[in-house]
Amino acid sequence: MTVSIIVNGDEVAFDRRPSVEDVVARALADVDGASGGRGIAVAVNSDVVPRSSWATTPVDTGDRVEILAATQGG
Amino acid sequence: MNATPDAVNGAHAAGDPLVIAGRTFSSRLIMGTGGAPSLAGLEAALVASGTELTTVALRRVHTGTEGSVWDLLERNGIRALPNTAGCFTASEAVLTAKLGREACETDWVKLEVVADDVSLLPDPIELVSAARTLVDDGFTVLPYTNDDPILARKLADVGCAAIMPLGAPIGTGLGVLNPRNIAAIVAESEVPVVLDAGIGTASDAAQAMELGCDAVLLATAVTRAADPVRMARAMRHAVIAGREAFHAGRIPRREEALASSPTDGRANLDLAM
Repeated sequence: MTVSIIVNGDEVAFDRRPSVEDVVARALADVDGASGGRGIAVAVNSDVVPRSSWATTPVDTGDRVEILAATQGG
Repeated sequence: MNATPDAVNGAHAAGDPLVIAGRTFSSRLIMGTGGAPSLAGLEAALVASGTELTTVALRRVHTGTEGSVWDLLERNGIRALPNTAGCFTASEAVLTAKLGREACETDWVKLEVVADDVSLLPDPIELVSAARTLVDDGFTVLPYTNDDPILARKLADVGCAAIMPLGAPIGTGLGVLNPRNIAAIVAESEVPVVLDAGIGTASDAAQAMELGCDAVLLATAVTRAADPVRMARAMRHAVIAGREAFHAGRIPRREEALASSPTDGRANLDLAM
């Protein structure tokens, strides 16, 4: 049974319930210069998940995951 | 001239550093990173500016990103100051600030809560509300605010570490539109005052410093200049010149001319006859 997560507004399918770390790894795989997750922050359903909890925080179908990076601005 | 940025900043900073929330900076120029067409160009401009503190925004990661602004700041020893640009409510800004704290490993935040995306003017009600919440959560809050002395007072009252009034609306390059209000904010403030937004060219930055501001924050005046590196250098010197002039004490303005050469002992050179 696939688990469908909303990652930065797009639906992403996983074979089983992923952790935040799994979701981040998948999302950053295609990003150049992502610095191995440095300069990155994650919110699940509008709650910030600290980096230290990424591996142990499960994500389930329908959860909204926002993965943000420090970028040019201001 | 051959002076390095450090030497230029240092000559100015000796005995007169910028101190925000107990942290000392030798440069009084805070830079933004928005508007630069390339990361390489941005890096050259930031280095030329001599800045030690530079804002970044938080945005969704996406494919095709050209390198990382995070890496750029780190290898140049520039502290990242995450902002909450794009937030319209206190709750959005508070969540964005928390994400910035996580991403940039700092509890400093440039707090922006704007009323709409046309004027980009701060929403004073939401701004004070967000500032109070973030200060209570342990953040070092640097709010982008209107050039309103009373609003500045309210922000200081809730514990902001600096006050950052606009000179003119973001991106306009119109300079310091209300110098009397900026001077009034400076006169009352017990925390550093950073002129944020509206700078167009070097004389605007110098004017802000002459008015007594502790620092200037600018981005597009440099990143969208025809020659960003040269404008960055101009801004670095302008901020130093303005600070020096502020400390030096300007002469009073006079309605009538006052000769600077002695009036006694002039030769009789009436050659008209």
